[in-house]
Amino acid sequence: MMAILNFIAAIGAAVLDALGLLGALGIFAASGLSHIFRPPFYPRQFGRSLMEIGFFSLPVVALTALFTGMVLALQSYTGFSRFNAESQIAAVVVLSVTRELGPVLAGLMVSGRAGAAMAAELGTMRVTDQVDALSTLSTEPMKYLVAPRLLAGIIALPLLVVVADILGVMGGFLVATLKLGFNPSAYLINTFSELQANDVISGLIKSAVFGFIIALMGCFNGYRSKGGAQGVGAATTNAVVSASILILALDYVLTQLLIRVL
Amino acid sequence: MTDFKIKIRGLKKSFGDKRVLDGVDLDVATGTAMVVIGGSGTGKSVLIKSILGLVTPDAGSIEIDGEDVLRVSRARAHELRSQIGMLFQNGALFDSLPVWENVAFGLLAERKIKRSRAKDKAVEVLSQVGLGPDVAVLSPAELSGGMQKRVALARAIAAEPAIMFFDEPTTGLDPIMGAVIDGLIVDCVKRLGSTSIAITHDMASAMRIGDQAAMLYQGKICWTGPAPELLNADNPVVNQFTHGRREGPIQMALRK
Repeated sequence: MMAILNFIAAIGAAVLDALGLLGALGIFAASGLSHIFRPPFYPRQFGRSLMEIGFFSLPVVALTALFTGMVLALQSYTGFSRFNAESQIAAVVVLSVTRELGPVLAGLMVSGRAGAAMAAELGTMRVTDQVDALSTLSTEPMKYLVAPRLLAGIIALPLLVVVADILGVMGGFLVATLKLGFNPSAYLINTFSELQANDVISGLIKSAVFGFIIALMGCFNGYRSKGGAQGVGAATTNAVVSASILILALDYVLTQLLIRVL
Repeated sequence: MTDFKIKIRGLKKSFGDKRVLDGVDLDVATGTAMVVIGGSGTGKSVLIKSILGLVTPDAGSIEIDGEDVLRVSRARAHELRSQIGMLFQNGALFDSLPVWENVAFGLLAERKIKRSRAKDKAVEVLSQVGLGPDVAVLSPAELSGGMQKRVALARAIAAEPAIMFFDEPTTGLDPIMGAVIDGLIVDCVKRLGSTSIAITHDMASAMRIGDQAAMLYQGKICWTGPAPELLNADNPVVNQFTHGRREGPIQMALRK
């Protein structure tokens, strides 16, 4: 009897912990977002975050998109040739990249690079009292550290996804024309005739949400880290894992929602 | 009548089941350098973090200039606390910024100075802690422990605060550098006419920088008196602590 009660108590404690964490995340997100709109603003911090999340993630996102587009064209050709539907490759590549692969892959890549860096930086600042030092120097840490990163995430990821979309389509184009013998003009005509504004817009909306999630999880985990180097390491891991899972889960929810709305 | 800059009454703070502060009463007269001593984990840092607003106490009052910072509006509490300069134990310098931006950070945040003037001002403050202008452009990671402490002190005094806190100012420094930092602290506090609280378990440092001393033990202030009397205090807890004796009430308490 006691063992059953202990088991139930353990489940209850875990559920309460999870709810507490969810509540803390919600409050943290609301506070961070509210500081985006309330002065003082820190344009230097924002610019630095934009460079970190956007510019320095460009190579990894570009390479991922390029090779994904190339593989997509190759795989589509393998499958579609069985049904004599090779002409649909351009459509498959452009729709897959703009609606789905561009935002999701860019999100996962940026999460691994910039999200981890954010958590490590804020975590180190927390355990070395730098966050407390900000407070003693008349600076609200949420405003100085978190708000600029959240805004940079929301803005940088859609910009990265525009690049990813272009390079993904280009990857498909290169394989289709140079390796599979497609006519370049015909491929491009097919690509643009299949592409609609809504496809790109839905991808950009998704990527803005993913950018927010990456910055939020990086900041949240870093800001709450404790216990020295081990704590910072755990915060970094948690930031990447939680952001990646949330990106994949939210991708489904947003896809469902955007199909109805757009 | 004594004019108290800081007045603490019945301050309590627990973390989970562990009660760290259990009714701390402490008065710091204006212009006095107070040293709070106590063993590791006795709540010295929690005490000053409570005054700074970095930790929210469970009960009690903290008056600065006669106003309870725990009960006034958030804006007023911020105003009262903005007159505090803080030297953190490990310096807590912002490693993403060069030394001069670290020193001028508070002035820029408070908009007391224009960015174009900030570097000159930082160099001026750095000279007060014995550092040359060449240090201003370095990053904190390029500095030795003693230099980092001096930069942190420069950052704490840059806004010429009326109140200064020093958290273990000599930790991690060799005895000579410790004495140098203590000397700088005394000079800065006297020159600015500030009221200060330093927490330490370094007796030599406590005697050098303190006018008054208090000992924190089992969550309460168990003794207060002039700092020079620390070594001759008739309180057995203080006596054991200051002389570093293994036998005595502190050890007995640990054995329980």
